[in-house]
This record gives sequence, structure tokens and C-alpha cells, in this order.
Amino acid sequence: MMFLLSFWTQDYLVLDKNFTLNNYIEAFTQPVYQLLFSRSLYISLTVTFFTVLLAYPMAYFISFYGGNRKALWLFLITIPFWTSYLLRMFLWKVILGYNGVLNSFLLWLEMISEPLTFILYNSNAVIIALTHGWAPFAILPIFVSLEKIDRSLLEASRDLGDGPIKQFFRVILPLSMPGVVGAALIIFIPTVGDYITPKLVGGTDGLMIANMIQVQFSKANNAPLAAALSVSSLVIVAFISIVFVLLNKKYLRKY
Amino acid sequence: MGRSGKFLKIFAVTYLIFLYAPALLLPIFSFNSSQIIAFPLSGFTTGWFKALLYQETLHEALKNSLIVAASSSVFATILGTLASRSSSRYNFPGKQFSLTFILAPLVLPEIIVGVSLLIVLIQLGLPLNLWSVVLGHTLLIMPFSILIMNSAFNNLDISLEEASLDLGETPIGTFRRVILPLVYPGIMASLLLGFTLSLDEFIIAFFLTGTETTLPVYIWSLFRFPKQLPTTMALGTILILVSLILLSLSEYFRRRAAKTQTSVL
Repeated sequence: MMFLLSFWTQDYLVLDKNFTLNNYIEAFTQPVYQLLFSRSLYISLTVTFFTVLLAYPMAYFISFYGGNRKALWLFLITIPFWTSYLLRMFLWKVILGYNGVLNSFLLWLEMISEPLTFILYNSNAVIIALTHGWAPFAILPIFVSLEKIDRSLLEASRDLGDGPIKQFFRVILPLSMPGVVGAALIIFIPTVGDYITPKLVGGTDGLMIANMIQVQFSKANNAPLAAALSVSSLVIVAFISIVFVLLNKKYLRKY
Repeated sequence: MGRSGKFLKIFAVTYLIFLYAPALLLPIFSFNSSQIIAFPLSGFTTGWFKALLYQETLHEALKNSLIVAASSSVFATILGTLASRSSSRYNFPGKQFSLTFILAPLVLPEIIVGVSLLIVLIQLGLPLNLWSVVLGHTLLIMPFSILIMNSAFNNLDISLEEASLDLGETPIGTFRRVILPLVYPGIMASLLLGFTLSLDEFIIAFFLTGTETTLPVYIWSLFRFPKQLPTTMALGTILILVSLILLSLSEYFRRRAAKTQTSVL
């Protein structure tokens, strides 16, 4: 089994070497690919940001106010995500479409006079769908790190005169940072390479690098270029992740 | 609960509604009689569910998916059990490295796993069929299976094993009669989780399948036909129910695994 695994990576790299330079030059200089790379990063970073931003108060609520219903809350959060990823993203297409559920619902209630178009087949739609789709992956790690905080530290900080806001920024946030970083990485890494969501709700303005990899593979029949694109995106993702972890370490050293 | 607590609670409930909204649409629209997925609702029908009964390609895809899910979860669980058994009991050079390596697919974007597997298969001149999908899914499930089995093996008291050996059991007999029954719930949990993951997985299957499609690939092809939308919704409703049942079972076995350990000790 190890043999098999090592095998595909090895083989993959060898194959790359045979063709490398030209494909990489193309991958990094062609405006199309540059655009797709930067858009993928933009979408995925925005999604990461919003998901973590929304997940944090949720995790905070469960951890500090959940009482003996913590398990129930966590269970409730995860239920919708046991359904197929494909179907959930497809549902966003149905919801956000021009004659979709959201528009028709708002029209029906006469809250709007004509369908909203800014949430339709573009990056925004991809961001909304992904922010929804990855929510539990942010809530759970943040919740775990909040749970680990020794509650006596909070009392200590209160006794030493910290107000609630100061306490949050000086004690709770730094201590829960590992969870936040974990959440961010768990979301950032797979969303960069997401194929389904941009294809379903992204239209042409919301396509991401994974879609191009697939096109290069099947329709354009340029597997080496697709491979070069995959490796490049992997390297970029790894690079950003490392920068992120290092920045976090620097931030934590302040305390 | 202070004022901030109340705000947080309101936020939490709103967020929960946001999380549930899409999934709730499935049952609503799978019983709606209009072909267009939009409000207002037009009437109640079970016709979309009936239509599912007559789709030959669907049945074929379902059969393929079940074959793939069953075989890849079995393979991944066997390999995962062996891997976590060796890593939790023995030390060998490169252990940490190989474990990290096996767990790698967990953090790789799926499309990259799919692409690289496809390249390897093409290079080897292997045909693309259901077995290539099984291979891909085995690779995908194995990290999960290893994580589940690791916790099962770590909870296992080594003295039970030693006792059995001292009492004259052969190593194989010990494995079969002592270790296996104790980690059995972990194995069940791994099988069920793997089965569900594989049943749901789209990208790897999309890349590696030949002419035979799996269920998600079939659903993907349905998206192109607006006429098929309500049927797709009906299918989705059924799938949700099935994965809910499977995952509750998996959770049940996981809990029982934890309980068995404590009651034995």
C-alpha cells in the first residue's frame, strides 16, 4: 500500500520532469492561468475569512453558553452536512438562479420587484455556496480549541481588571488561535481546488483553477499542462499555508 | 446568560437556519408538482419518486456505486487496520514519514488526487473502469480508516494480548480471538464511514470512471437537463435519508467501541 502511494507521487513527478519547463512557463505567464490562479486564491481566501468569522461566534456560543446541550448543538450543526456535497452545491444553484428559489421567494413576498442578479453565476455565488458548505469544518476545530481554555484563566483576567472585550482579545482569542488556524487551513486548502461549486454556480466569471485543470485534461487533451497547473496550485497552496502558520506564530509570540 | 449571550444565541440560531436552508429545500421541492424549482409551490405529488423507479441508467449507476463503495470501504478498512496496527504496536524506521504520507490525501485538494491517479493509470496503460474508481476511493478512505482504527488500537490494553499469548494462543489466534473482537466496532465504523464517503464522492469518480458511471457522476449529468430537476430533488431526498441512517449506525458503533473498551478494563 505504501508502495502504491509512493508510486503515484513518484511517477507523477517523473512525468512532470520530462515536460516541465514549458508547461510551467505557460502556467505562470499566460494571462488566463494567472487570472484563474488569482481568482481561485481570492475566492478561497474570502471564503476562509467569512467562514471563520461566522464560525467563531457560533463555536464561542456553544462552548461558553452551550451548558449541557453542547453535544446537541454540535450534532445539529453537522446534520445538514451528511448530505452529498454535490447535491448541496447543486441546491445553491437552484437557490441563487435567476428564476431560483431565493429570487422567486422574494418576488412572491413582493420584497423585490425584479430578480437580484449580483448573486448569480459569478464569484459571489461561489463564495456564498462555499461559505455554507464548509461551515462545520470551521466550527468544530474552533470549538475544540475554545473548550480547551482553562476557565480559571478567565477568572484571573477578570480579577486583574480586564473588561469583557479586553479579556476576549487578550486571553480568549490568542488561546483559541490554534483552532482558528486549523479551521482556516482546513477550509483554504480544499476550496482552492474545488471543482464542483464554480462549475455549478460560478458561470464563466466564477470559474476556478480546478475547472481549467479538468478542461486541459479532457477537452484540450493536454495532460502535462494540467499536471503542471495542479503542481503549481499545490505549491502555491502549500506556500500560503506555511506563511499563514508562521504569521500566526509571530502573532502568538506577542503574548 | 447576559446580554451578549442573548445576542450570540440569536446569531447561533440564525446561522443554524442558514446551514439548514438548502437541505430543507430537497424534500419540499421533491413533493412539489411544478417542474420549475421556484416559489410559490404549486401542489403535492409523489410523481417524481415514481419516475425514479423507471430510470434504467439510474439503477445501473446505483449498482455501480454500491459495488465501488462496498469494495473500496472493505479494501481501505483492511489496509487501514493493518497500517494502524503496525504503527500503534511496532516501531520501524520511517514510520512517521510513511504515516504522514498515507494521511496526505486528507489535506490534498481532491482534484489533485484525481488528476495524479489518472496520470499514473494512463502511464501504466491500465483501462479506466469501476476498478480504477475503487482504487481511487480506497486511497481516499484509507486516511479516515487509519484514524478510526488508530483510536481503536490505542484504547486496546496490551496486557490482554500478552495474557492470551501467555495462555498458549498462537499470534494468529490471539489476533482472531482477542484483538479482532475488541476492535470490531472500530472496523464497523470505518466500513460505514468509508461506504458513505465513497457513495458521495464525485471528482475522483468523475476522472477515473470509464463508461460505467457511479451515482454522483450520474446526478452530475442530470443537472444539465432542467426537465429532470424535480426527479433529481427526489433522488436527493432519498440519498439524504440513506446517508443519515448509515452515519447514525457508524456513530452507534463508534460509541459502542468506546463502551466496550471501558467495560473490558
